[in-house]
Amino acid sequence: MRSRFEVAIALAYRQNTVLFKNPSLFLPPMLFPLMNFVAFAGGLSRLRHVPGFEFKSGYTAFQFVFVLLQSAAFGGVFAGFGIARDFERGFAKRLLVSAPHRGGIIMGYALAALVRWVMIAVVLTIVALIAHMRVGGDGVDLFGLFALAIIFNQVGLLWAAGIATRIRSVQAGPLMQTPVFMALFLAPVYVPLSLLSGWIAAVARLNPLTFLIESGRGFIDGNPTQVVAAFSIAGCMLVVFAIWARTGLARAERAG
Amino acid sequence: MSDLARQVGLIAHRSLVRTARQPGAWIPPLLFPLMLMAVNSNGLRAATHLPGFPTTSFLGFFLPFSFMQGALFASGIAGVDLARDIDTGFLNRLALTPVRGSALLLGQVGGALGLGTVQGLCYLGVALAAGVHIDAGAGGALLILLLAVTVAAGFGALGLWLALRTGSGEGVQSQFPLLFFLLIISSMNLPRNLIEVSWFRDLATINPVSYMIEAMRSLVIQGWNAQALALGFGFALALLIVSMALSSRQLRYRMTRT
Repeated sequence: MRSRFEVAIALAYRQNTVLFKNPSLFLPPMLFPLMNFVAFAGGLSRLRHVPGFEFKSGYTAFQFVFVLLQSAAFGGVFAGFGIARDFERGFAKRLLVSAPHRGGIIMGYALAALVRWVMIAVVLTIVALIAHMRVGGDGVDLFGLFALAIIFNQVGLLWAAGIATRIRSVQAGPLMQTPVFMALFLAPVYVPLSLLSGWIAAVARLNPLTFLIESGRGFIDGNPTQVVAAFSIAGCMLVVFAIWARTGLARAERAG
Repeated sequence: MSDLARQVGLIAHRSLVRTARQPGAWIPPLLFPLMLMAVNSNGLRAATHLPGFPTTSFLGFFLPFSFMQGALFASGIAGVDLARDIDTGFLNRLALTPVRGSALLLGQVGGALGLGTVQGLCYLGVALAAGVHIDAGAGGALLILLLAVTVAAGFGALGLWLALRTGSGEGVQSQFPLLFFLLIISSMNLPRNLIEVSWFRDLATINPVSYMIEAMRSLVIQGWNAQALALGFGFALALLIVSMALSSRQLRYRMTRT
């Protein structure tokens, strides 16, 4: 393997082959967003009648954005489990020996996470459209929504990769997913930010993921909002967690 | 003490000690439902403004969710432990002793019962500390605990059946999303009469989990509601009996094969 890209493509191919051959690895990340979507959009749609709830595309679209972003983040985190497994089983050590460009390793895992999440996103979007989701935004808005989700997917992967390369065991799984889960649920999940009250309203206002979720909802509603803030935050997270993952890999290398 | 009771006691003790010695097995089931309760009860508080919502305290309304989620975790723990016993050959060695199959199953459910009791006390204590008022009073709180433990035992027995059927911890774990789906398609977030989407409301109506939740909820927000309690306890006991019968049948099959 000569270049960084060759390393990345070979590794992504291997990761996705392992994924498709193991339904137990493939199905849970696919089922969880669908279950959440059914529970939130189906079971809670009455919330759109709460005084002050204004979202013209309807509650299905309102929840679709949250579940899409959640699936993106968890698509990355679940891919991180694979990295931890590779370290535990010794594959990653052999990879570090054979790959001339270490950066290609992170890129390969990131590419695999992206491919994996794109399939989830396609299924989720089809299910949402079957459930009569109304889309107020145009093509550019939807491009914005999915671009935000792609960045978030990569952020999730880089965060999990940083943990996996430092702990190098699948036992790090809860450490990878719990902070992501909590950060997501400390944002306005069920109702807009303006309708939250108490401590969760204060936390949600400070939570950077609130900008991503609110901006995503603006895109699907055809009423883009906080776009610059959302993409700036997503971009910053991408850079910070790329450094986090790369330094983790360097640490794994030093650990032998 | 009869032989059966002694055998059940020994296996239940082993099951409880094994669970207690694995903090990774009991800490998440204890903390995760509490975290979700804290986050969701605040995030969904706006639902109390809906016309017809039965209470002004969403925390009180949402409290049963913690017990149900804890019960699902109990099913995973009981199932995975038994699957490990199958995998390591413990069950085969046990088959050579005079221990009865029923003692094995009841003892293993004992582990789930123990965890269910600890979980129930913890969730109830946190809810009371957070200001939840239980309309049915102290007797109602005890009944909530009893129902929570019965539900945990029922799901624990279901976990045993899954373990005996699949023979692997991974097999048991992979069924978790399906069990969780039962919780999601229920009246956990809103009362059934306020669920707007008709197919979701219909599924919640035929889902026994809705009635277990509504029985606990009735004690918190309504006081004593005989119909809700009868349905909740009825479905919880039915789950326990059916799951134990299935496990017993599967155990005979597995013992014959090994």
